[in-house]
Amino acid sequence: MAERGRLRVGIDVGGTNTDAVIIDDQAKLLAKVKHPTTSDVTTGILSALRLVLAQLDGAAAGISHVMLGTTHATNAILERRNLNRVAAIRLGGPATHSVPPLAAWPADLRAAVSCGATIVDGGVEMTGEPIVPLDEDAVRRFLDEVAEQAEGVAISGVFSPVLSDQEYRVEELVREVLGDVPVSLSHEIGSLGLLERENACVLNAALVAVAARVTAGLGDAMTVNGISAEAYIAQNDGTLMSLDYVRRYPILTIGSGPTNSMRGASYLTGATDALVVDVGGTSTDIGILTAGFPRESSTAVEIGGVRTNFRMPDLVSLAIGGGTIVGPAGDDVQLGPGSVGYRLTSEALVFGGTVPTLTDAIVAAGRAHGIGDPSRTAAHERLLRRAVAASDARIEEGVDRVKTSGRELPLIAVGGGSGLIPDSLAGVAGVERPENYDVANAIGAAIASVSGELDRVFAYGKDGRDEAIAEAVRLARDEAIRAGADPGHVEVVEIEEVPLAYLTDPVARVRVKAAGPLKTH
Amino acid sequence: MTAVEVGMQIDLDNLPALSLGCTVFAGGGGGDPRIGELMAMEAIHRLGPVEVLPLEALDDDDLIMPCGMIGAPTVMVEKIPNGAEGRVIREAYEGRFGRHVAAVMPFEMGGINGVLPVAWAAYAGLPLLDADFMGRAFPELQMLTPHLYGMSGSPAVITDERLQTIVFNTRDNIWLERLVRNCVATLGGSACGGLYPMTAGAARRPAITGTVTRAIRMGEAIRRGGEDPLSAIGQVAPLTRLGQGKVVDIERRTSGGFVRGSALVEGLAADKGRLFRLEFQNENLVVLEDGEPLATVPDIITLLDLHTGHGIVTEGIRYGQRIEIVAFPSPEVWTSPEGLSAVGPRAFGYDFDYVAVGVRHG
Repeated sequence: MAERGRLRVGIDVGGTNTDAVIIDDQAKLLAKVKHPTTSDVTTGILSALRLVLAQLDGAAAGISHVMLGTTHATNAILERRNLNRVAAIRLGGPATHSVPPLAAWPADLRAAVSCGATIVDGGVEMTGEPIVPLDEDAVRRFLDEVAEQAEGVAISGVFSPVLSDQEYRVEELVREVLGDVPVSLSHEIGSLGLLERENACVLNAALVAVAARVTAGLGDAMTVNGISAEAYIAQNDGTLMSLDYVRRYPILTIGSGPTNSMRGASYLTGATDALVVDVGGTSTDIGILTAGFPRESSTAVEIGGVRTNFRMPDLVSLAIGGGTIVGPAGDDVQLGPGSVGYRLTSEALVFGGTVPTLTDAIVAAGRAHGIGDPSRTAAHERLLRRAVAASDARIEEGVDRVKTSGRELPLIAVGGGSGLIPDSLAGVAGVERPENYDVANAIGAAIASVSGELDRVFAYGKDGRDEAIAEAVRLARDEAIRAGADPGHVEVVEIEEVPLAYLTDPVARVRVKAAGPLKTH
Repeated sequence: MTAVEVGMQIDLDNLPALSLGCTVFAGGGGGDPRIGELMAMEAIHRLGPVEVLPLEALDDDDLIMPCGMIGAPTVMVEKIPNGAEGRVIREAYEGRFGRHVAAVMPFEMGGINGVLPVAWAAYAGLPLLDADFMGRAFPELQMLTPHLYGMSGSPAVITDERLQTIVFNTRDNIWLERLVRNCVATLGGSACGGLYPMTAGAARRPAITGTVTRAIRMGEAIRRGGEDPLSAIGQVAPLTRLGQGKVVDIERRTSGGFVRGSALVEGLAADKGRLFRLEFQNENLVVLEDGEPLATVPDIITLLDLHTGHGIVTEGIRYGQRIEIVAFPSPEVWTSPEGLSAVGPRAFGYDFDYVAVGVRHG
């Protein structure tokens, strides 16, 4: 293999555009491109990659890493498309029968994903003792029943984050009965909270085919463009996963878009504590950067109507963007919810189309220059003026909702539609519009770091608290290094300790997260 | 408020409101009601709505079954109950007393225990009494109103998801607390139980009535309240606003089987410049400012999410949360000398007396 260079490519697949950037190892931006997202997505990636490489002579040979942030998984769940049929096995009987697997799922998603679910006797106490012995015969019987339909198996055991032996044992049984079907183990995917972890595990198993297509598509796009480099995919906490890891944990890619844009905004401005507003073609995400990372949501996160316990950026999302269709509503104005999406450049007024959009509104208001032909908006002047006022009010309210203090923070405006953001907003110390604001997501993907996390219940009795915490830190660091972080630069970024109430022996749930820059070769 | 709307039922529509109301009246304790809500949802989905009955609707010698979970609600988030625990407790009592249980009653109307008995009532086809024995959440088994009237918690029945049962006949309620607590630890940290079984006639004195319907009304008001959940809350129960702020520090430690700890809250908006200190033992105990109490147990001290109005359990307090610290007046029974000796500030080791929040901030 030829010696690799020091260039990195970041790619972001959004609902409207697929963006690509090239940065060097000092994170300096060398090239960027925006290209419409294609309905098959992969063609868009291939083209964006080709176009960005064309801006830099001989770049392909110099590329060491390619990082992709993508909405493939989110879209598959939202649209109930391309999902694997999953057999869900819960190890927990006689406990947990009162809330069956997938009980609170939307019916159409359950129909698209589930080919059967069961609760077998098993699972462990928080001490790791079995609740009752694992019923292996019941597992085999269930697998026989679903053998014809199952394209994936999700295994979730009670307190498996404490002791995961039973989930591994059942994986062996699946291999015996069903052979080489994809298996997801809950303890590898979520933290404590059986139902949320099980939901995430089932969704993960359902996304395996989508992940395979994305990783194969990225591989092809690289090969076609003559790139021989390591490929990574961005996950929802602003860190990266290898392609192998993505094939096993596709669910972790969900939510990576907003994270990338916030990390990219931090990079573009040097700000570490700020509001970030990312306006795309169809939606606007408002989040907060704390110490350079997105603030995470403390409440359960819903994906396609299903509760999970993922770390996700704490966001306020508004269904307005540059492509949002504007229409009259009596005396007032109606914003969306429809959007012209990637057809903006043919359907919006300023581009000679017939559909009034928010892009037309900001062009008419003089907030955006060099976009289409402003004179084409004249016939809709009143409507567009009202649309700007309505959109400003929505953004101002969203900004206030996401803030956790009355302190004024700077606001960083990013995304292709960020002309929507007014120059002054209540509670905002000033609006910053960095150069290259339109490719903040792709930059965020290109500069992402690698992390490892541990979330487990420790009984302090035997070895004491200090040793338990030290053990937790060690495991989190190992996890980060296994994921590709530079061992010399891994740092603990978070330790959280929650004693479990009402028990006589000291027992606590400890969560540790370690992260570091990607190891370079 | 004891009037029950005629024909009041708990169904899939108002169950989330009950659950939400239980976060407000828990005073920070009792755990997140979510699992109880899902269990009740499943039970109602299968078997239909649960009838809510006022205590007056029962005859004096009707047997009632006060019940709930005991132990760590955080364990129940993993080791979810079997669902048949309520039936097992009921059968144990029916065998023991030789008669049928007439109604199920939550012994604690706060946190998960305000919702869990709804599931058991649905499975049993029994009505749920609009009353409880705490009027809020408390951590220990002698902190139930019948204890103040010299009534025994025995026979108490504890069962686990394996449906093993243990019946306790103890010398007094302090021993009951001690033995049950140890037993629950052995069973894996959480279990279900029936306590203080009695007839409707005997329950008339200790019962705090109207608490189930009040929690539902509270939840419904918050859901309707939209942008201003606090005034919606104030319309359902007399509310004292102690201060608005942001959590800037949170510290927890385990001692004696409980989580004790404190949170520092820095004032925001009108309360800018003030610093509040909240101390808790599973439930919120006191709010201090400059070392002086602003509110104490048994008044119900709750942290409300500033935007949603949802109550925050002590395990859920996080740095950066924007909250409103509020207090509701204690159920009257706890403010008697006997009540205060069981659950007043001195019972939790504080060197000051209870002053009703309404009096202090009147």
